[in-house]
Amino acid sequence: MNFEFSEEQTMIKDSVSRFVREQYDFDTRRGIIESDDGISREFWSMFAELGWLSVPFAEEYGGFGGTVVDIAVVMEEMGKGIVVEPYSSTVVVFGGLLSASTNSALKEQVIPSIIEGTCLGSFAYMEPQSRYEMSDVSTTATASGKGYTLNGVKTVVANGGTANKFIVSARTSGEQFDPSGVSLFMLDAATPGVEVKAYKMMDGQSAATLTLTDVAVDQSQLLNTVGEGMGLIEQVMPQILIGLSAEALGIMATLNTLTVEYSKTRQQFGAPIGSFQVLQHRMVDTFMGCEQTKSMLYRGLCESKSVAEGETDAVALFKTVHALKATVARYGKIIGEEAIQLHGGIGMTDELNIGHYVKRLMMINTSYGDGDFHQKAFNQLSYSV
Amino acid sequence: MDIKFSAEDVAFRSEVREFFAAEYDGSASTRLGADPTADYKGDIVGWQKKLHAKGWIAPGWPTEYGGTGWTSTQKFIYETERGLAGIPDVVPFGLKMVAPVIYTFGTEEQKARFLPRILNSEDWWCQGYSEPGAGSDLAALSTSADYAGDNYIVNGRKIWTTFAQYADWIFCLVRTSKGIRRQEGISFLLIDMNTPGITVKPIVTIDGKHSLNEVLFEDVAVPTENLIGEQDKGWTYAKALLAHERTGMAEVADSKRMLEGLKQRATAEINGGKPMIEDPVFQMRMSDIEMELMALEYTELRVFASMASGGMPGPESSLLKIKGTEISQAIHELQLQLAANYGGALPGELSSDELGHDFAAEARGKYMYGRAATIYGGSNEVQRNVIAKAVLGL
Repeated sequence: MNFEFSEEQTMIKDSVSRFVREQYDFDTRRGIIESDDGISREFWSMFAELGWLSVPFAEEYGGFGGTVVDIAVVMEEMGKGIVVEPYSSTVVVFGGLLSASTNSALKEQVIPSIIEGTCLGSFAYMEPQSRYEMSDVSTTATASGKGYTLNGVKTVVANGGTANKFIVSARTSGEQFDPSGVSLFMLDAATPGVEVKAYKMMDGQSAATLTLTDVAVDQSQLLNTVGEGMGLIEQVMPQILIGLSAEALGIMATLNTLTVEYSKTRQQFGAPIGSFQVLQHRMVDTFMGCEQTKSMLYRGLCESKSVAEGETDAVALFKTVHALKATVARYGKIIGEEAIQLHGGIGMTDELNIGHYVKRLMMINTSYGDGDFHQKAFNQLSYSV
Repeated sequence: MDIKFSAEDVAFRSEVREFFAAEYDGSASTRLGADPTADYKGDIVGWQKKLHAKGWIAPGWPTEYGGTGWTSTQKFIYETERGLAGIPDVVPFGLKMVAPVIYTFGTEEQKARFLPRILNSEDWWCQGYSEPGAGSDLAALSTSADYAGDNYIVNGRKIWTTFAQYADWIFCLVRTSKGIRRQEGISFLLIDMNTPGITVKPIVTIDGKHSLNEVLFEDVAVPTENLIGEQDKGWTYAKALLAHERTGMAEVADSKRMLEGLKQRATAEINGGKPMIEDPVFQMRMSDIEMELMALEYTELRVFASMASGGMPGPESSLLKIKGTEISQAIHELQLQLAANYGGALPGELSSDELGHDFAAEARGKYMYGRAATIYGGSNEVQRNVIAKAVLGL
């Protein structure tokens, strides 16, 4: 039994960590957010050169052949710098769905372009009415000739303004809420009929609304069997939730460190505020919350491994990743709010980094289901007669 | 990143499971149960003698004094299996508290005299630390021991002494001189409970039971040969012991078993025609606890893994006591909530048939006595002080 990272994982961790410390200071990040693209293409090319974009992909496509542990390692360090470049949406989510796809021609075509940094991807699943329910899909894909015609609206598509490829969920059969009948299509952003309206979110990352009007897609762009997209999404969901949670953990640890350090220097009533017991106990609680979140993440990593090796079934892993996301929500909220409270007035300012970490945590909370959504899913798996 | 046990460890786990299944008859679990007539001392001593006969009574001890020589993985497996099987831990005062002090700081004579009788459960020990004026602030203790030739003359009061009514011996922190710091001038004394001048007064707790006591010392003569180590250096030895007391307090396996019990009861309890386990609000309360426990299980594994690889437990170890006790209290609370109106019924007043179930009295007792978990062993507030200082550097 061990909870250590391998030599390779430690190297990636150190490499991302060094980048965040040495090249991704707060002002640099602010400049990137204020730029036209909202991301740094230079840094993205550098991520490609350093091999970070190849981490989870199979060696046959030129990937590093990493696992969800490698993803967690990268995401945790990215979280510490609240990196806005779309690693999660392109590599973890879009790349994850593509890797799990049964369409090898599509994989051969697209995965190498992710690895070399030319493909920025995103998963367009949410609709104006759907909230967190992935199978609530009213975008239609109607069979026509050798392909399909897509019509509908996808909202808050992560990285939507810069992505040049989307994986879109659309209904090929069934009613609005049916899990079956949802199909996944690879869609080029430049396809006629695709209208992209990009906007900034509060965490500095961009999102977009995709309006699809009579968009023609060839059947070769289906990720897996028609109508069975939900199965593919479910298969990749642990990786998506673990990646986001690892990023959240990096943020939570950073917020705690910054707050403890501040409490040691900020003087009030003739003493550092960190010397007051009432504040000490609150910082101990946020410390414990962070450690518990880390433990839950490690639980998810260990169980992912044993599922991948065929030693356990997936139910335990699903329980764990639902619990993980709910734990991130619970402690993320406490840690974020306490960080602002303990910083006092300065914590309210846009100038200080604290609020920016908190806003990214809030966005992670609502990505792919908030705490209550996942706790209810956990309850369904755990408590039935 | 791997939690697999080796084949040897898996075999060891089977051996432990088989032994528990074959030898443990369940009687020693009744302390906090509904049966007020149970002979707790007889039951637990009987079980401890079985463990001793098997050679498993003192996994934490060095082998030269009777330890098992297990690896830390084996110790972890043993503790986990014990908790899952619902077997109470051994009475800690002799085996886990005073024995490590004796074999670490005691003389050869003291080791030969006391350790074998602790191993075979012939002597029952209790702990004389807290006083009416010294609770979480232990260094405020004032029970005095005046040096008088061959003896110390002890005067004072110890309180919250668990199972003093059964005890043959008590280990005490006493003040032998007034140091510059309050922690100086404290000595560690072993005292025979049959010495004239000792009075044990029962304290009935809010669960209606008697496990705690006050122990009064009036001119009690204690032979100087019963002093551990040097006079006035007792705080050092006690601190080593406290560190011992604070490890392994997460009790994850025990909480997992209790949570399973809770789910079974929630399945059986019907409210408005539906099992409680299907009540969405009750489900949220259960999963609040279960998720926290799933995380704590891995926190415990992380601590264990760092110790197994020869390292020191990291900062994560300091939260085991706080989170472990908060979780067990939360489970007790839900058990009592499940018992609904019958949670207040006293044992003997209403039968299980009248109550509709058999767990109300037990749930109430566990809830009430369970409040102690966040008080003893260094209250959870003191634990937070420790983490603030040692981990956060505040």
